[in-house]
Amino acid sequence: MFSLLLTRLVSALVVVLGVCTLVFLLIHLVPGDPVEAMLGENAQLADREALRQALGLDRPLGQQYLEYLQRLARLDLGLSFQDRRPVAAILGERLPATLELTLAALALALTLALPLGVLAARHRGSPLDTGAMSLSLVGISIPNFWLGPLLILVFSLWLGWTPVSGREGPASLILPALTLGTGMAAILARMVRGSILEVLGEDYVRTARAKGLSERRVLWGHALRNAWLPILTLIGLQLGGLLGGAVITETVFAWPGVGSLLVEAIQSRDYPVVQACVLLVSLSYVLVNTLTDLVYSWVDPRIHWRS
Amino acid sequence: MSDQHSGVQVGRWARGLPAAFLVGWALLALAAPWLPLTPDAVDLPGILASPGPGSLLGNDDLGRPILDRLLVGARIAFVVSFGVVALSATIGVLVGGIGAFAGGWVDLLLVRLIDVFLAFPGILLAIALAGILGPGIDNLILALSATGWVGYARLTRAQILTLKERDHVLAARALGVGPGRILLRHLLPLALAPLIVEATFGIAGVVVAEAGLSFLGLGVQPPQASWGSMIREGVGYMLVAPHLVLAPGIAIALVVFAVNLLGDRLRDWLDVRQSE
Repeated sequence: MFSLLLTRLVSALVVVLGVCTLVFLLIHLVPGDPVEAMLGENAQLADREALRQALGLDRPLGQQYLEYLQRLARLDLGLSFQDRRPVAAILGERLPATLELTLAALALALTLALPLGVLAARHRGSPLDTGAMSLSLVGISIPNFWLGPLLILVFSLWLGWTPVSGREGPASLILPALTLGTGMAAILARMVRGSILEVLGEDYVRTARAKGLSERRVLWGHALRNAWLPILTLIGLQLGGLLGGAVITETVFAWPGVGSLLVEAIQSRDYPVVQACVLLVSLSYVLVNTLTDLVYSWVDPRIHWRS
Repeated sequence: MSDQHSGVQVGRWARGLPAAFLVGWALLALAAPWLPLTPDAVDLPGILASPGPGSLLGNDDLGRPILDRLLVGARIAFVVSFGVVALSATIGVLVGGIGAFAGGWVDLLLVRLIDVFLAFPGILLAIALAGILGPGIDNLILALSATGWVGYARLTRAQILTLKERDHVLAARALGVGPGRILLRHLLPLALAPLIVEATFGIAGVVVAEAGLSFLGLGVQPPQASWGSMIREGVGYMLVAPHLVLAPGIAIALVVFAVNLLGDRLRDWLDVRQSE
């Protein structure tokens, strides 16, 4: 168990280092001069050199990389070009909104997808299954930058039930969470159905049926309990789609989270903020998936034996 | 196994519908330059005009015909999605194939690279990359391919790993066939089925991603029409002219729906297990 934990942690650390490196290279590998991009083509040579020096861009790449890693280790994300404040402080202000939105969307997705997927698998081939899976395919096909404006049109503009955008009061969370959550529910429902069907083909399900258990006990007591782990992993992986989708959803609803901060920072060419947003979101994704991985191997005894 | 995935059953007559729709999309996209389209023609009296006889789908906020812009957008969506899928599948197949076939530290290194790219959630890396590269269709294709190759690499690697110990590969090796030839002629053809399914779903993914980036203002730039930028421009006029947002959205949803249906059917037909 301990060696397994260690291997997982080491490989997670390697990935974290890789992510940090790629985010560093993101700015440096891009064709063109970031300083010129920031100041515009008409800037004075002296101004350019001053900025280049202030950013450390005049030093060799290797040295810049080491300094970047050292600063990251101290959780120093640098200063924002735009308002000259520490990037970490700006991120701290935006993080709660994103957490709130993703958690609400995740909860909504689970309450929709779990029953839908389980029932569809239980009644495979029935009209219920066909209906649920058609619905999920429709859900997958509707992009959230279209669903969001449609929901605004119906619920905010026509019915006047919810605020159009922003983050004021619990009512403002409804539409963004619906936009983000239903899309994930559509994908998750299909995956839950697949996992349950896979489990339903196992020997222990046949045994449970053979010893005369009711179909309900077989499904909820035997099949679902064993399908939980793959479903947990799927949720962890789908979180990526959720976090990526949050960038667009937050922009649609002017939700003041990390996603809309990223888009604002890209538009104002505020590179330290862009870097920090990408780092924060990716690293939390790595963290969550490492955790689900560990939970998986902790709960499922077969994995201990294999290691 | 095969009926495990075919949750959606449709009548016999409807089976050809998605394919027919996609062929229509492809033909329109390819023929767009020769069609008498005026996507940038400004008609000042007809600003925000509703759909009607003069302009089938109405006009946008500058009085430009939405139908024409929709068709130009169809071409862009088509070019970008096929470009990205072709580019990322090529890179992915090469990386995954070489890794699995070479083994050892080469494989280890490439697997680590794949892991790092997989650590970026969803469209996030493409958004950041497109933002830094700057707007434009070529940068859009570059940004989406830079993030899209990973899936193909992982899939190819897994396929080649199970295939490379097969007898016919050993036989080819014993006959002195070179590694490149073995990879291309003896391994890849057998790994093709799941790759085709992945690429089909990939088209749908890229259509949404292109529209998403253009919606954020990071992809296709005005005045050029893209489905995503049409939604972006229409959002402000939703109360007075909802057709500005409805038309491109329906176009995206239909294409994605048709591609996904087709992908489902291909997967059942080729009997490929769901990859994830």
